Amino acid sequence: MTGIRLSVPETAARGEVVEIKALLRHPMESGFRRGSRGEVIPRDIITRFECDLDGTLVFASDFHPAIAANPLITFHMRATESGVLTFRWTDQNGEVWSDTASIAVT
Amino acid sequence: MMRWVFASGLVFVAGCMSEADNPDSAIIAKEDLQSGFSFLTAETQRLQTDEFENPAYLWVDRGADLFTHSTDASPACASCHKDGLVGVAAQYPKFHESSGELLNLEGRINQCRTEHQGQAPWAYESDELLSITAYVAEQSKGMPIDIEVSEAMQPYVDKGRDYFLTRRGQFNLSCQQCHTENWGTQLRGDTISQGHGNGFPAYRLEWQLIGSLQRRLRDCDTGVRAEPLPYGDPTYLAVELYLATRANGLEIETPAVRR
Repeated sequence: MTGIRLSVPETAARGEVVEIKALLRHPMESGFRRGSRGEVIPRDIITRFECDLDGTLVFASDFHPAIAANPLITFHMRATESGVLTFRWTDQNGEVWSDTASIAVT
Repeated sequence: MMRWVFASGLVFVAGCMSEADNPDSAIIAKEDLQSGFSFLTAETQRLQTDEFENPAYLWVDRGADLFTHSTDASPACASCHKDGLVGVAAQYPKFHESSGELLNLEGRINQCRTEHQGQAPWAYESDELLSITAYVAEQSKGMPIDIEVSEAMQPYVDKGRDYFLTRRGQFNLSCQQCHTENWGTQLRGDTISQGHGNGFPAYRLEWQLIGSLQRRLRDCDTGVRAEPLPYGDPTYLAVELYLATRANGLEIETPAVRR
């Protein structure tokens, strides 16, 4: 079910600022909506996103109910050394989705 | 006074002539055809054209996976369709001589599943069917819709046209009153489009999901407070065909982003 799309440049010059994009398929159900019979649709959201480079945290974000479904995250990072970027999304129940991409710094 | 009568008479004659040139009044002249894309805000247009940020590609990715891998002993789609299905979506809905029925892309995919893969058909609007339909249609992205109406298809086109022109629901509106007569004008905060299906299955911001053209038709019917038809209804199929003939020549934009 879950799809992840990552956009990470394969190579970067040392000191260069690169753009990283990550897209996760998730309903981000706010918990404020009601169904056709008036019943509350239970909340189901991602609460935390983290990206680290070989174990060092690069970017993190807390998510709240106002964020749209299939959230797209774009951030910038200064390329200092080659390594593997790990992207990790955690939902309100502790379920985790993750994927990796490597970047070579020259 | 006489001059005014004469002038209005001329206008009337001119009106009749253009009517005769284009016998189906619900069809928009070729030079005026505009995709739903042109009625979107710049931000939404950017979301559609950026192939990374366009969320519909999450489903295209899944469709590619379903197309190339089979879950059990049955052959995968890719084992027959080695070169993909480029341009196929531009010709659908299509009349299939062998089965004697009109099929949209979803129906054709399900026919393949039951006849050649020995699988149960996917339910309409299921994640699998939407994903694979989006994947197949995406291969025709940028190609013009190319529907040739054969004799066998004509009754379906007429049926679809009839639905398009019939007023329905508590609001007593027909499709054509908005999408032919009033496109480009405002309906509350929205600009009314010409009602083409060239971007479907599309990601609608309102749904926060990808959805089929039939889901869109159901929303339009609900919007005029009419009872929507069930998914896969033959009448909706005919409407899909009529819409495709009405949009002939427009580029396929699947997977599009719509409001």
